[in-house]
Amino acid sequence: MLRLLATGLMLLLWIEGAHAHKPSDSYLSLKLEGSSIQVQWDIALRDLDYAIGLDESDDGSITWGELLRRQNLLNAYALARIQFSGDHAVCPVQLTDLLVDDHTDGKYAVLRLLAQCPNAPALLSIDYGLFFDLDPQHRGLLRLEHDGQSDTHVFGPASKHFEINLAAAMDPMTEILLFVREGIWHIWMGYDHILFLLSLLLPAALVATKGRWQSVPDFKRATLDVVKIVTAFTLAHSITLSLATLGYVALPSRWVESAIAASVIVAALNNIGCWILERRSWLAFAFGLVHGLGFASVLLDLGLPTHLRLLGLVGFNLGVEIGQLAIVAVTLPLVVLLSRYAFYPPLVMKLGSYCIAATALVWLAERSLGVAIMGL
Amino acid sequence: MNKTKTILLLSMLGLANLACASPYLPVSEDEVLEKLPIRLESRHEIRELRNHAADDPANPLLAFKLVRRYIELGRAESDPRYFGYAEAALAPWLRLADPLPEALVLSATLHQNRHEFKAALDDISLALAHQPRLGQAWLTRAVILEVQGDYAGALKSCMALLRLAPLLTSATCVNSALSLSGQGDIALKNLAAAVQNVQTGSDSEKQWALTSLAEIAARLGRNEEAEGYFKQALSIHQRSSYLLATYADFLLDRQRPEDTLRLLDGGIRADALLLRTALAEQSLHSPGLTGHVEALKARFAASRLRGDTTHQGDEARFTLYLLNDPRTALELATANWSVQREPRDARILLEAALAAGKPQAAQAVLDAMLQSGIEDQTLKQLAKQVREG
Repeated sequence: MLRLLATGLMLLLWIEGAHAHKPSDSYLSLKLEGSSIQVQWDIALRDLDYAIGLDESDDGSITWGELLRRQNLLNAYALARIQFSGDHAVCPVQLTDLLVDDHTDGKYAVLRLLAQCPNAPALLSIDYGLFFDLDPQHRGLLRLEHDGQSDTHVFGPASKHFEINLAAAMDPMTEILLFVREGIWHIWMGYDHILFLLSLLLPAALVATKGRWQSVPDFKRATLDVVKIVTAFTLAHSITLSLATLGYVALPSRWVESAIAASVIVAALNNIGCWILERRSWLAFAFGLVHGLGFASVLLDLGLPTHLRLLGLVGFNLGVEIGQLAIVAVTLPLVVLLSRYAFYPPLVMKLGSYCIAATALVWLAERSLGVAIMGL
Repeated sequence: MNKTKTILLLSMLGLANLACASPYLPVSEDEVLEKLPIRLESRHEIRELRNHAADDPANPLLAFKLVRRYIELGRAESDPRYFGYAEAALAPWLRLADPLPEALVLSATLHQNRHEFKAALDDISLALAHQPRLGQAWLTRAVILEVQGDYAGALKSCMALLRLAPLLTSATCVNSALSLSGQGDIALKNLAAAVQNVQTGSDSEKQWALTSLAEIAARLGRNEEAEGYFKQALSIHQRSSYLLATYADFLLDRQRPEDTLRLLDGGIRADALLLRTALAEQSLHSPGLTGHVEALKARFAASRLRGDTTHQGDEARFTLYLLNDPRTALELATANWSVQREPRDARILLEAALAAGKPQAAQAVLDAMLQSGIEDQTLKQLAKQVREG
């Protein structure tokens, strides 16, 4: 029987090993997104009281006011006992919220934290040292969510350190494919890129003579035209995408986004005014530089893991090209087919271009002024 | 296997999360979030002991006093956090090159509480090598060996205790071990006489002796005697979860769920008592059952999350009777049997093996019963079924 007793000078004990209340645990839930880690850390109020004293009034109960008045001490105490590192560089932690919650053995303080790593880490490590000096039976129960997976760990005095190789969590090919998918997704969801491309494609099967558009139903010529435009656009945005992703160029995203909207307006109006005709590939190149900066900000938000900086970049870029070619593949035959009809130049191209320009004008206003008009 | 483990762990995490679904912001500063568990006087006493020990860190007596107080509180409140505090207070004294025997015995007690029996026995051997006349060490060893099913070893330790401990303590130690190794009638008679004749002794001593008597009588099927001893043990006003759980089992076995609930009286803070409450509610089809089953699920999940296996015996019983999952119950009961071998551990393994239709899984219990010659009506009945099954 699990009991032990003593009398006289000896201990007086009934040990009830199997009949226990809960030992001390804290619950650490992490969500890793790119280079930032959202942390929720639940710590029992009772344990905190034992460590730093919360019961100010010494009446055996802890109120929300008492907890609030100890908040600074609590932060200092808790944050000194946890450390997150990405690729061996410390990720500074800040408290974003203090809440409370119920667990099976009482109320817990809920600390919401944000840890910001320098880069999206390939190797994430966590050092945990809460309460072990006061209660070696304390455990920190970690759950880490990353890339749609979950990992768990139990921190104890003999296992204060946890590290996970996030690069190993997925094989590199799968990871690169993820970036390819993101690239495709981005160009399809980014209507500004689609409209820009569309504006350049609309006149592909036309020639302008004396300021008037004429149909040239020559598929070969049209295709060649489009290939030139798309190549120029691709070349340009690849250059700036790479430079910005690798940190050589950085422009405020408000400027970049406004410039992208402006590029759509110019491309659309050009179809009406016929200023730049044979040299539309140069137009594509010039504005491609701006679009590349836009792609880069998406990729930076996604977070490129250090071990995949180049391959991730290439994958994302490849995705952008695939998405773009898909758009071209659908649009070009339609453009060539419809260009034969007389309604095409005035109705499809001119009216379409007006619409595109109008839409982009709204974007420009929204982005440069920081207001939402259409919410796109 | 690894994958299964991960899935199991993750689903338990999910469960643990269910229990704490939504953090919130309290409305008022006056909202009481938490009531601290022990009485104010005890808190003040602990604070004082902590201060004394901190003021004179080289004084082992002050440190051990604090450790003992923590262990007592852990027992009284059946609250494992105090055992953790005790461990921290004891730690510096175990880091010495040559730890004091008292420190080793305290360490053994803490190990035992966590079912780390090997480490506990090692501590005791070391303590006894320094100080062979340490009654506490012999007693702790006897108790551990008994839990492990080594009744001959337990008896030997109890014999050593005869010269070192008060009569009632050593009598309880000896007769408990005897009763488990085929001499139930003699043990019952001897211990009953000791309880009758020894007028000295603390409440705890008496309560332990009476509880042991009740258990011995119950195993022999002498229900009235057993109940009498249980009631006497309860009449000593000292709360003991062990006594409550054992008496509750006795009542449950005799189809007296109302009496079980009356005995436990809503005291469900300890998992063991909550389990017995739920079992009684199950036979009464009472509406509180669902909530209690969920609570137990969450509690077992929480202790598993931290890698705690000290609950496996109760968890097996919970899984078999309240979750109706004999296969998992058998796994738990088997794992539990590899750590501890009290009659209740034997019983749940036999029951789970029968329910899972795998009587051969309980062969180890049959062997152990044969070897010890234990007299236990319930176990004998089950063993018969297993052999026939």
